[in-house]
Amino acid sequence: MRDVAVVSFAASGTPRELEHNEVEIIVPVLREAIAGSGLAKSEIGFVCSGSLDYLFGGPFAFVAGVDAVGAVPPIRESHVEMDSAWALYEAWCYIQTGEIDSALVYGFSKGSIGDVHEILTMQMDPYHVLPLWPSATDMAALQARAYLEANDLDERALAEVSSGAQRDAAATSYAVRSGGVTVDELLAAPKVADPLRGADIFAAADGAAAVVIAAEDVARRVCPRPAWIRGIEHRIEPHGLGIRDLTRSESTRLAAQAAGALDGPADIAELHAQFSHEVLILSDALGLDPAVTRINPSGGPLAGNCLMAAGLERFGEGAQRIWSGEANRAIVHATSGPCLQHNMVAVLEGE
Amino acid sequence: MGHELAAVIGVGQTKHRSSRKDVSMAGLVREAAIEALDDAHMTWKDIDAVVIGKAPDMFEGIAMPELYLADALGAVGKPMMRVHTAGSVGGSTAIVATKLVTGGVHKRVLTVAYEKQSESNATWGLSVPMPFNAPLVAGAGGFFAPLIRAYMYRSGAPRHIGHLVAVKDRRAALRNPKAHLHIPDIDLKMVEESFMLWDPIRYLDTCPSSDGAMALVIGSEDVADASESPKAWVHGMAMRSEPTMFAKRDQVNPLAGRQCAKDLYEIAGIAEPRAEFDCAEVYVPFSWFEPMWLENLGFCAEGEGWKLTEAGATAPDGDIPWNPSGGVLSSNPIGASGMVRFGEAAQQVRRRAGGYQVEMKTGKALGHAYGGGSQFFSMWVVADHKPTA
Repeated sequence: MRDVAVVSFAASGTPRELEHNEVEIIVPVLREAIAGSGLAKSEIGFVCSGSLDYLFGGPFAFVAGVDAVGAVPPIRESHVEMDSAWALYEAWCYIQTGEIDSALVYGFSKGSIGDVHEILTMQMDPYHVLPLWPSATDMAALQARAYLEANDLDERALAEVSSGAQRDAAATSYAVRSGGVTVDELLAAPKVADPLRGADIFAAADGAAAVVIAAEDVARRVCPRPAWIRGIEHRIEPHGLGIRDLTRSESTRLAAQAAGALDGPADIAELHAQFSHEVLILSDALGLDPAVTRINPSGGPLAGNCLMAAGLERFGEGAQRIWSGEANRAIVHATSGPCLQHNMVAVLEGE
Repeated sequence: MGHELAAVIGVGQTKHRSSRKDVSMAGLVREAAIEALDDAHMTWKDIDAVVIGKAPDMFEGIAMPELYLADALGAVGKPMMRVHTAGSVGGSTAIVATKLVTGGVHKRVLTVAYEKQSESNATWGLSVPMPFNAPLVAGAGGFFAPLIRAYMYRSGAPRHIGHLVAVKDRRAALRNPKAHLHIPDIDLKMVEESFMLWDPIRYLDTCPSSDGAMALVIGSEDVADASESPKAWVHGMAMRSEPTMFAKRDQVNPLAGRQCAKDLYEIAGIAEPRAEFDCAEVYVPFSWFEPMWLENLGFCAEGEGWKLTEAGATAPDGDIPWNPSGGVLSSNPIGASGMVRFGEAAQQVRRRAGGYQVEMKTGKALGHAYGGGSQFFSMWVVADHKPTA
């Protein structure tokens, strides 16, 4: 396989973007990511994005992206209707063919114009589950309850995760929920969907994220310390919640094993955990020891969740800490679907 | 091409109909997938990864359907992806799946594209009113009719050219049992007398609304070599995109299409497409797009496309048959239609096209799809032999 590295990252986030449309949201983020890559836009071999039409409120949300990229003259471009972490995966595969050496990957959404929880419900089996209209939070609460009971834990375990996420997010520019809230303060808040409280549920954000990946010599030329993707794998699970063991994430474990994530300790892990209990389930699946591995130093989606960008942001966060020398090995994770149905795990390393 | 070769070793598709009430979406995609697996002499277990594609989720009112379809497509425990690039998606999906093989990531990939138009409303889905945008509510035909009129004006093509394509592709469809439209007595008069939808597009100049799915099994070189199934070796793939609107954009003969074809022909070593392909399966949802794409794809000089159509060059017995399967004009499960083009091109070089098999000389065929406002393009070249290094 060709060595491919993350060489640039940019992201934006705000709770409710009232002034700008999708194109205007994407443009500055792409500009920053391209400028940070050290590559000219015309040098970048491929563009791939992730978005969801329901968040846009019309078909072809990705056309806004094509406008933002500036596809004149016409570009080599593709799109997944998935989190943009999967757009990165598509671009990584394309680089493996040897036909291109670099790619710009981005994701975006402006979920505040609708109800993101209801939109996520549209992912459910359209014949048997969708008509019941369970919200993503309701389904997550079932998983949280199952996990707590199976592990003899109580809601304090969730509040500890949520409190930590808000504290860690203080330095994350695109986070929308951060600060020094204590575990006891969080436990005093009312429940939204038992056992989940507001702080246990992702902080929805409008925004965009972009990453540039490059192969071998190109990465070494533009980046003093590239964040090499040593392994990247994803696996999907059955859709029906009743078919799965909700107390664990088998697909994360399978992906982690295949990606080499279980082969050694990581300095940090960036998990696409949209609910506090998901941090715990994913940490179990990835075999993370919090004493060794710092989990979600950015605060993660509990502090800022721009749908379709949040998985890609994990790659950017992991890479940033490798560029800075803060970490030499990072595990990054992205998810899709109800209750962690589909999971991606990648290992990023310095030289 | 990538450092690995890839070939289509299994093809499956549903019988396309206006309404497949007998199956759910899962049942529809499974029907195509099982046929493709059988054709490849494989079972679900043999597949490493699944890549699906369809047009906008809003058609069927479901978001990110790969999640719901993971079980039906045997993807559990495996990687699964969902591609969406507007009307070109069927082609793009096949390309993404094939790159998983040419990139050396997987050896056996199942790719499926579908649309269930009976559970959706495409014209509504394409024209959702957006804040601060002029409401179009025109569907695809209202968008493309002015481009066709511009083509007629530029090229001086007479008005019956579109109707000739409408008749040719429907006659071809009579030999394809899977085609949606079978109109045994189709002729020029019937098309001319069908009612006007968007001038100059008459009812019979348009594609139908179909329920349908298409599936391909893509194998690596060693897998294909060991397979008893006939192979369609992938000689080249290309995708290009341009914005819907920009200054001096040529919407009739879009630059993205011309550049995509140029990329493709360079990769596949094609100098003269009209002479070097034995046939082409090209996305023609409105009859006039045959002459327009003949020019865009370099089968003739600009302004000459309609003359090829008029002379019968693109008929099944012409020198360069276009859409011998009946094309999009005879079956249009939107999100699958691009993959149907790619798959029908593969079937021709695999000699599996049955009653609509065309004569093979070079053993090469073109598959093409486009989408959006003639702005997203995906294409491939397949052949009955491996590409020479």
